[in-house]
Order: sequence, then C-alpha cells, then structure tokens
Amino acid sequence: MTEAHDETARRAEASARRAVVAVWRIESARIVATLTRYTGDFALAEDLAQDALTDALAQWPTQGVPRNGAAWLTSVAKRKAIDRWRRQERFAERVEAMGLDLERAQAEAADALPWDPDEIDDDVLRLVFTACHPVLSQQARVALTLRVVGGLETTEIARLFMVPVATIQQRIVRAKQALADADVPFETPPRAERQQRLSAVLGVLYLIFTEGHAATAGDDWMRPELSREAIRLTRILAALQPDEPEVHGLLALMELTAARFPARVDARGEPVLLADQDRRRWDRGAIRRGTAALDRAESFGRGLGPYALQAAIAQTHADASDLASTDWARIVAAYEGLEQIAPSPIVTLNRAVALSMVRGPDGGADAALAIVDGLAGERALAMSHLLPSVRGELLARLSRDDEARVAFALAAERTENARERAVLLAKAAAGR
Amino acid sequence: MQYMLIMRSDDAAVAEYKEIPFEQIIEAMGKYNESLMEAGVLLAGEGLSDASEGFVVDFTADPPLVTDGPYGETKELFNGFWILDVASKEEAAEWAKRCPLGPGAKLEVRRVTGPEDFPADNEWVQKEEGWREEQAAKQADRQAQAAGDAR
Repeated sequence: MTEAHDETARRAEASARRAVVAVWRIESARIVATLTRYTGDFALAEDLAQDALTDALAQWPTQGVPRNGAAWLTSVAKRKAIDRWRRQERFAERVEAMGLDLERAQAEAADALPWDPDEIDDDVLRLVFTACHPVLSQQARVALTLRVVGGLETTEIARLFMVPVATIQQRIVRAKQALADADVPFETPPRAERQQRLSAVLGVLYLIFTEGHAATAGDDWMRPELSREAIRLTRILAALQPDEPEVHGLLALMELTAARFPARVDARGEPVLLADQDRRRWDRGAIRRGTAALDRAESFGRGLGPYALQAAIAQTHADASDLASTDWARIVAAYEGLEQIAPSPIVTLNRAVALSMVRGPDGGADAALAIVDGLAGERALAMSHLLPSVRGELLARLSRDDEARVAFALAAERTENARERAVLLAKAAAGR
Repeated sequence: MQYMLIMRSDDAAVAEYKEIPFEQIIEAMGKYNESLMEAGVLLAGEGLSDASEGFVVDFTADPPLVTDGPYGETKELFNGFWILDVASKEEAAEWAKRCPLGPGAKLEVRRVTGPEDFPADNEWVQKEEGWREEQAAKQADRQAQAAGDAR
C-alpha cells in the first residue's frame, strides 16, 4: 500500500518536474531578457533566472504548478535581485540608477501580466545578439544560445553534444565572464554592424543544425533533436526579424534538409546517398514549410544569400521524384550564384556534377569535365577522393574507359570509407 | 515531436461563442497564435466553418454515401485545430492550457505520428538480405568442408 503510494507520489513529482522544464523552455528567453534589462547585467540576470528555476524545481512538484508560471519565475528572480543588492548594500544606488523603472518593475511583479509584448520581443532579440557576440568563441556562442535563448538545461546540452556536463558549465561561465570583461552592451547592433552580426547569429544556428545531422562527435552520426532545436530557434528569429531575407533562407535550408532525415539512414544505421533515398519517406510537411520560407526569402527581390541558394538546391531535389526528372538547370544556376558570393572549389565541383546531369545532346559531360580539370591544382581538393571520383564518372560517360579506370583507382586510394572504396574499385575494374 | 490540438465545443458553448463580439475573439486568438509563432512551435492551424456547411462521406456503403448533416451526436463538434512542434507532452499541455477558450470547450491533444512510428520500407528487405548472406556463408563453409573431406 505504502509502496504504491510512493510510486504515485514519485510519478506526480516527475510529471511536475517535466512541467517546470516545459514552462522554462517556453519562457526562459523572455525571463532572462527581461531580467537583463531590469538589472542591466546579463551575467547576473542569467544567474537569477537559474536560481528561480531551481526554486521552481523544488517547489512546483510539492506545491503545484502556478497558473502563470512565467510571472512566478520572473517575480522570484526579481526578488532575488533585490535581496542581492540589499546584501551588497547597493540597493539605494541601484534604485537611484533605475529610478521609476524599479517601481514599475515591482508593480509588475505583483501583476499577472508582467510585460509588454513588444518590448519583450526587442529584449529577446538583444539576448540573441548577446549570446552570439563576436567576443565569444563559436563553442561558447552555441552553448549560451541553447541555454538562454533555447531554455535548455546544461545537462541536456551536454547530452546533445556528448561532452561532460562540467565542460558545458565551464563554457557558459567563461562566456558570461568574457561578455562582462568586454563590457558588451545589451542592445541590438548598430546599423553599420548589423548585417555582419546577423550573419554571426545565423552561423551559430546553422552550426547547431549541422552538428545534429553530420555529428562530429560520437558514434551516432544523426542527432535530429539538436537539428530540431536549431529549427525552433531559427523560427523564433524569423518571427523577431521578419524583414531579413536570409533568416528565411536559413529556415528554408534547415526545413528542406530535415525533410530528408527519415530517408537518410537505412535500417542498419548506415547513411543513404541522395540517389538511393526512398523519396516517399521525405517529410512533405517540412518540404512545404521550407518551400514557403524560400518563397518568402525570394519575395524581397534582393537576390538570394548563401543559405537561400543552398535551400533552392534542396528545394529542387524535393520537387523531383528522382534524379532523372530533377531540374538540374536550376541547380546549376544556384551553384553559379553560390560561386559568386561564397566561392569554393567544392561549390565549383558540385556545379560541374549538376551540369553533367543537365540533359542535352552531350549530356553536359564535356563541359563538366573541363570544369573538373580546371580544379586540378586546387589545394583544398588535393587529397580528396571527390575530384578523381567525379572525373572518373564523367570520363566513363564519354566512353574514355581507360582514363576512367585510372581516375577511379586514384579515388579508391584516397577515400577513407571502406564501402566507398569497394564501389570505386569495382568501377576501376569495369572502367565505368 | 508533433502534437495536434483538436478544438471541440458542445452546442451550448457554440451558441455562447456567437454572443461574444467577433473582434474580441479574433484579438484573443490572434495573440495566442502569435505567441505560438514567436516560440517557433506553430506548424499549422485552421478554424472550421459552421458544421451546416459541411457534409459526411460514409464508407459503410459502396460506393460511399454522401449526406448533409446531421452527424448523429453533435454534443461535441470539431471546429478547429493546431499542429505544434514541441519537445515533450508536457510542453504540448502547457500550450494547450494557454488557449483562450471558455466553458463547454475542450482541447483534445494527440501526438502526430512521424517516420519513427513506421519501420523503414527497406527494413524487411534488409533483414532478408542479411539472412541470405548468412545462408550463403554457411553454404560456402559446408562446400569447403566437403572439399576438404574429399581430399
């Protein structure tokens, strides 16, 4: 009887704990943002918010979840701020500095609706720019963004990145210190820096996304939860910055890439190449959302940025039922666009492959081969199997079998993937 | 994971709802939808028009029988939905509780199935493939042994 009772109590407590985490996930960015403006100190605000979360985790499971959890958390955090200042005998100074702001804040703390939605949006945007500030390392930006904007617990971030909890804790502590040392103001960047700073934010979000589907650590090479966090954060940014085309471009790229996740791994957990994917498993809802985001990016009529161009490529694949019916001319055009704004030998190589897929009298293989041969001196591709592998395919299509054999053999020598090596060796033997 | 919030109201609630100024409803729902969008969780959502504009296709008959209402029991009419992309059941519940609805209204919350609910199409093919490989290897072993015995 008592045991059953304990079990019920334990379950109720676990459920209440998950409720706290859910509220936190929804509200933390707004709470930390409000507290930062209130205290004028991002590091302190983050500490206070975490303290309030700890209180909630201790109290809600026994006392019940309050009707307005966000207001509860914010008031608790504000009380803690006041307590700290009292202890530090800095209360009068702070009150003077904040003037009426505190009075209003205290009135708000008692109120069920603690904030003005428009002001909050601006504060959350400031928070995003702060978490992705250039004084921080890329790793620090990732950890801080997930924690303060995404509302993820440190243990959760550590789990997703497969690193010890202490490592993430340390990154966050150091990041807060670095922001304080550099005296980073809580603001959206001035006009002159705006585009560059926005690019930095997009870069952090994209890094979180790619870590989720091409993991650099651990055995599991797909961690879709992390990619989904990145998509959620990008949707938040798109709502906060609706007039920035490249935010929609990045969202489109993420949705369209994630649409293929269900087909990217086979039953053995091995990656499946685009050509072999079962396209019926692609997520049609994600494709629809990605296409809508891309349309939105295009609707500004200011040309497409690097994320939107990659999204256009992914969207073209999403539209086609197989490789043969793919609009390769559109893909070639997108790669040409990328070569203009973000040139790299890999982009050029991809353009060559796309060009060879465009149907025509010669199938484009001649023109593609000329581009590939032009890349022969590129240092970035010197040790890669990609160049000879693509070259082999093109030579084989032009019936230059002997040269194709040599190219495939070289590619087989360079690849580190055993499966791929077997395929390439078979091609080298066949000369096609 | 995705959850569908299915809005249901009884006849009394629907009648009462009609008394509330339209602007007020639009305002409250607009705010709610905006909060979902700003949190990056809203995937889709639509409201449904009056049931009298709809019809029923009943597959008990062959060919299916199309009838105007009534639907039989109209105690709880389905009149709108949202699809949310959230991390947990509790998060779906938290959003559902914030919906501006009144007495007589209910939200039924259901998880939307995803690709993880269905085995990969090629899974059985691959299992069979693995079995065949195994059989072929055993066969080769037997042959090798037989050859060894003969010698």
